[in-house]
Amino acid sequence: MSGSRPPVLRVCADGPVLVTGEVEVEDADGVRHRSTRPVSAVCRCGASSRAPWCDGTHKLLRARDADRGSPQG
Amino acid sequence: MTHLPRPRGELTARLVETLRGPLDGPPLTLGGPAPDASLALWMLHELHYRGFDEVDDRWEWSPRLMPLRRDLEDDLERRLRERYAGVATYDDLEVDEAVVAVIDDHEGPSLARHVQRHATRQEVEELLRQRSIYHLKEADPTSWTIPRLSAGPKAALLLVQLDEYGAGDPARLHHALFAQGLADSGLDAAYGAYVDEATDAVLEQNNAVSLFGLQRRMRGAALGHFAAFEATSSIPSRQLAQGMRRVGLPESMAGYYDEHVEADAAHEQVALRDICGRLVREEPALRDDVLLGAWTCLDLEARTARDLLGRWEAVAA
Ligand code: FES
Ligand SMILES: [Fe+2]
Ligand SMILES: [Fe+2]
Repeated sequence: MSGSRPPVLRVCADGPVLVTGEVEVEDADGVRHRSTRPVSAVCRCGASSRAPWCDGTHKLLRARDADRGSPQG
Repeated sequence: MTHLPRPRGELTARLVETLRGPLDGPPLTLGGPAPDASLALWMLHELHYRGFDEVDDRWEWSPRLMPLRRDLEDDLERRLRERYAGVATYDDLEVDEAVVAVIDDHEGPSLARHVQRHATRQEVEELLRQRSIYHLKEADPTSWTIPRLSAGPKAALLLVQLDEYGAGDPARLHHALFAQGLADSGLDAAYGAYVDEATDAVLEQNNAVSLFGLQRRMRGAALGHFAAFEATSSIPSRQLAQGMRRVGLPESMAGYYDEHVEADAAHEQVALRDICGRLVREEPALRDDVLLGAWTCLDLEARTARDLLGRWEAVAA
């Protein structure tokens, strides 16, 4: 860690949050998950089968929403 | 290192004979259409990767081979561009959004769904043997583009390639994970071991990425292909992992696909936004080649899927 630059979390539209470098995510149950990947994708939609990491499922949700059409109001 | 493939026709017989002979002599030419053109081009490209046991490394840049390689690459490029002609390119969208739109528009049968639910172990093993032609050099064709890029797309590509290459740990390197999975499954993990049974569609898939990677002018297509590949990997990888476990393949083989569920969910975002996005911002003229590469990735995979599902008489899932 350089200390001077805070880690940057990048939000992907309708998708995960990208984090560069080693990271730990604490889930809602207080369990910590560690990733040593150069870049990791953290699930934001809540539907991943490999939570807390994104597994691409958000795209299926997007497709389903598109099928239903946009909600009223 | 690998052995020269078994010739499949007049052209590959001539090529094999030449590569075993003296470096000096007249250049090889294509002459006319050759049914074994895909294998011939695969062999010529392979000289730039790992070469062949019984072939002098100096053949890589031999002027005797260049005319043939040019003819075969020109034919392949013409074929790919003809197939791509007419695809909607979403000129009003940013390139990353356009690639996503091209992916959403594309319809093709899915090998992953078949493996997940119905494939026999024999079929899955055949698929692994076909995939081994690429997965044992996974990520390598895209690495040819690295010195041809400026800082923006290059830094982003290296972030993904670092993950593909195990971030310093050879055991985590993706093509090593695949080799381990093959070996544990009782299959031959040697580089190029199954090229003699590679289908024409599979050879064409491999030749296209090598063409995109080796020809600097096609770097846009190489990175578009890369983005589409990464962006269509997470969900199918999960289905493949389930199918591998269903037919009783070892954990290491299924684990290779587990790894791709998570890794490619991140690679996809970087490839679309940072690699293709930055490339086209700096070199707008490459936009159409990015989409050519992306669409070609989907089209060639669909051709392989139709071919294999047809052989297995499986209903296209
Ligand atoms: S954000 Fe990708 S699966 Fe949830
Ligand atoms: Fe990979
Ligand atoms: Fe990847």
